[in-house]
Amino acid sequence: MVGTLIAAAPPDQIRIVSFDGLTAIYHRRSGQTHILSEPLPEILSALGNSPMTRDMLFARLSADAEIDVCDASEALAARIDELEAIGLVVSA
Amino acid sequence: MRHKIILGIGPRYFRIGSDWRAPIAALETLYTTYPQASDAIPHFTVRLEATSVLRRWIKPQVAIRGDYVLPDALPVSLAHGLIAAEMAMNLQIALGERRFLLLHAASVERDGRVLIMTGDSGSGKSTLSAMLSKRGWRFLGDEFAMIDPESGLVHPFPRPISLKNASISEMQRCFPKAQFGPLVKGTPKGDLCHMVPNPTAIAAMNVPAPPALILFPRFGHAAETRDVGQSEAFVRLTQASTNYVALGEAGFEALTKLVNDLPAKAIDYPDTQTALKLVETLW
Repeated sequence: MVGTLIAAAPPDQIRIVSFDGLTAIYHRRSGQTHILSEPLPEILSALGNSPMTRDMLFARLSADAEIDVCDASEALAARIDELEAIGLVVSA
Repeated sequence: MRHKIILGIGPRYFRIGSDWRAPIAALETLYTTYPQASDAIPHFTVRLEATSVLRRWIKPQVAIRGDYVLPDALPVSLAHGLIAAEMAMNLQIALGERRFLLLHAASVERDGRVLIMTGDSGSGKSTLSAMLSKRGWRFLGDEFAMIDPESGLVHPFPRPISLKNASISEMQRCFPKAQFGPLVKGTPKGDLCHMVPNPTAIAAMNVPAPPALILFPRFGHAAETRDVGQSEAFVRLTQASTNYVALGEAGFEALTKLVNDLPAKAIDYPDTQTALKLVETLW
């Protein structure tokens, strides 16, 4: 699991609209709308289209989004699991 | 069906068929000022059918059927046939509409721009829209705001306004010249009566207009106005839409555009006069 490469769902599969504080994402394959709050949009943004491991993602979140991954690694892992479950994060 | 009528309301035509003459006669009277085109191609069909052969004559019972049905809907007595037809027409739109994004909302227009008012049952949107129509606003509807995902325009759907219990006599007092349908007593919602929108609303029911403000009214509280953020407005509007999921990405685009382009406000009010003042101030 830890070494598995993951990426955000391809841009042609999602439509993202940011509001004040929340982000609405339409997932074309499921037809579902997801309302995301911090740090989920930041996770997707950090992943981008470049496949990476969770450790690489945590490092990027720490650098780009100033998230203290040491304190929040468990919570972040749970959020990534949730994003995978709804198809917004995919195995690369 | 033995008896039928085709009614045009805004961009939609309904064919209503019935085993009995009475509900159709009541619709003909209530919708006298609306287009009744026997050669129009209907978008939706409603059927008021006897629950059995015997029930056509003995203690007649009306089963509400049509293109879209609620499987567990109970039949009603023939005395409530008009209400059954109105409910069934709402049901067809709520479950079957695919071209327009539907918001459970009242809407009125002034100076070419539309005010959309959405809220739970009892929030006062029907009363507010009717009262605003007395003050120079054009009534577009009190049940559904129909938004074209391509143009963003709000299309009128000015059905007769459904009034309940105490509001019936209040509206009869406020609108002495309006056309009212028959008073139907003893329904599950109490006494019901319909008020036909004014001629201006019906004459212009094929004239859409762009929305300008989203309002979330709430009756029964001290007067207060607050801004509603985009996130809250988006979530509340998805809940207020009966076909957001069915429209897929078109619904998402239409609703996000609406929320991004328009201001949204919430008002609390203790009485109708206060609400009207708040609306006029915000407009």
